[in-house]
Amino acid sequence: MRIFLLFVMFMVAFSSVSKAEVSIDITGGRAAPLPIAVPDFISIKEDIAIGRDVASVVMADLKRSGLFRIMGSKAFLQKFDSINTRPRFADWKVINAQALVQGRVETLKDGRLRVEFRLWDVFSSQQLKGQAYVTESSNWRSVAHIISDAVYERITGEKGYFDTRIVYIGETGIQTNRVKRLAIMDQDGANNRFLTDGSTLVLTPRFSPTSQEITYFSYFNDVPRVYLFNINTGKQELLGNFPGMTFAPRFSPNGKKIIISMANKGNTEIYEMELASRRIKRLTKHPAIDTSPSYSPDSSRITFNSDRGGSQQIYVMNSNGSNVRRISFGKGRYATPVWSPRGDYIAFTKMYNKTFYIGVMHPDGSGERLLASGYLVEAPTWAPNGRVLMFFQQTKADSDGKGATSKLYSIDLTGYNEHVVITPTDASDPAWSPILH
Amino acid sequence: MENYITKFRLLSLFAAVTLVAACSGTADRAYDGGMIGGTMTVTRDGVEIRPGTTEDFAVRAPDRIFFDFDKSSISRESLKALQFQADWLKHYSNKKVVVEGHCDERGTREYNLALGERRANSVKDYLVSKGIRSSRIKVISYGKERPAVVGSNESSWSQNRRAVTAVVK
Repeated sequence: MRIFLLFVMFMVAFSSVSKAEVSIDITGGRAAPLPIAVPDFISIKEDIAIGRDVASVVMADLKRSGLFRIMGSKAFLQKFDSINTRPRFADWKVINAQALVQGRVETLKDGRLRVEFRLWDVFSSQQLKGQAYVTESSNWRSVAHIISDAVYERITGEKGYFDTRIVYIGETGIQTNRVKRLAIMDQDGANNRFLTDGSTLVLTPRFSPTSQEITYFSYFNDVPRVYLFNINTGKQELLGNFPGMTFAPRFSPNGKKIIISMANKGNTEIYEMELASRRIKRLTKHPAIDTSPSYSPDSSRITFNSDRGGSQQIYVMNSNGSNVRRISFGKGRYATPVWSPRGDYIAFTKMYNKTFYIGVMHPDGSGERLLASGYLVEAPTWAPNGRVLMFFQQTKADSDGKGATSKLYSIDLTGYNEHVVITPTDASDPAWSPILH
Repeated sequence: MENYITKFRLLSLFAAVTLVAACSGTADRAYDGGMIGGTMTVTRDGVEIRPGTTEDFAVRAPDRIFFDFDKSSISRESLKALQFQADWLKHYSNKKVVVEGHCDERGTREYNLALGERRANSVKDYLVSKGIRSSRIKVISYGKERPAVVGSNESSWSQNRRAVTAVVK
């Protein structure tokens, strides 16, 4: 799957010199992951299980990021009996731990859970971070993800992405009459649930950056249109009153607008809708297909997919529709452009020579890099920190027309650390939520 | 309508001609425009197909045409099929159809939704040019969501790049 990376030495700068502290530079390529020790969070006897569970969610998050190596607890020389016990750094140095997460869980009298952690730099013997959270005990996984985000952020200098969710399409049944359901899960695959019952074909869900809402495409009553779905209430709402098929929806970065395509009389154009007033503005005017629009994070520009040049390519225009210019000039066809939340890249699907690729390029079209490939890979979505992408991969059917599967994958922007995201059914069209806390 | 069908059935008893229709989905079904509204009974799997129905349309006219990769233009071979669809619609002038546009799996989902819409409208435009009122023809795109044939090879893909005309029940 992995293609090529001209990139770069990875740097793990740890505290061998006076002011430096343990850190990871994630802008580069591959290097040895940072060894980190995460002992079970301590607790009274009744809470031992939850202390172990919180630590294991933190460990799984950090491990999956590819940036950390989780140290086995058998090597640990120090066993904590209180959060206030200062680490014996010599004991952690000798086993080559570079970072240490020390934590504690406690069930309060009112039934809520208090979770506390401290992140230590072993070599400089410094505390890097310390925080405590009180929450409903059912929220323990969220707290674990928040701790993972805090550790990741403190050590990499980048925002984390662990306290997030993925909305996607769960797929079952035969390919000629596939059942597709809206589904949602935590970023690590936990808490999966289906939001629709499969009676209606639904596609391409996308998270609101600001609310618990999803916009998606549905064939409800055989009238294919864009809908809004409220995750908390389950309420579904048809968006607008268009004469043709509306599809390819995405929220604007402030969540107040939705950008969509409408196909009517054989022509697909891009429209913007202000959600509060439902006012509609047409942004493209061209007999070609114009679809898959995505805003830049500052909302000043829009990237989209068009075949106006004769084949599918990626274009950028100002958000009022002016100054349209093509940015993809490599071999093959380019599709599904999605602007990174950091603004520095546009992710895309590329089709060339019977192979599909997931790649990134800068918004001016320079610096194209291909990250993943397959018989059919499609639909990149960015983690909110712009460092990790998720997409889906469909495999070939065999000669009997069977055996095709569809699964979600995540991969770092560097092109490394690709792995499958486990889902209870086949899956496609992933969309990453913003950070939830 | 009911009278018409009864009368048709009586006639068809005497006509006593039975055709075994090719199964739906084959690309190059033989058809004969002269049979539209005619008195011959068509059966499929031993079941009589009533004239003017979706099934009648599908066995008498080729209900689908095929497209080249990433194209929505109608090929020369498809014109005959569409002419027959137009003839059928002229005969059953109270019938409405929906044209479904489909794509193979070798494209991205959203672009294929747009391409399927373009294909369905190619068929609609042709039928309208042959005198069928546009209000009788609805279009819907399924993109790559509803392949006719499952398979990761050119033969499957070519059967999936299609526009299918179906009579509204």
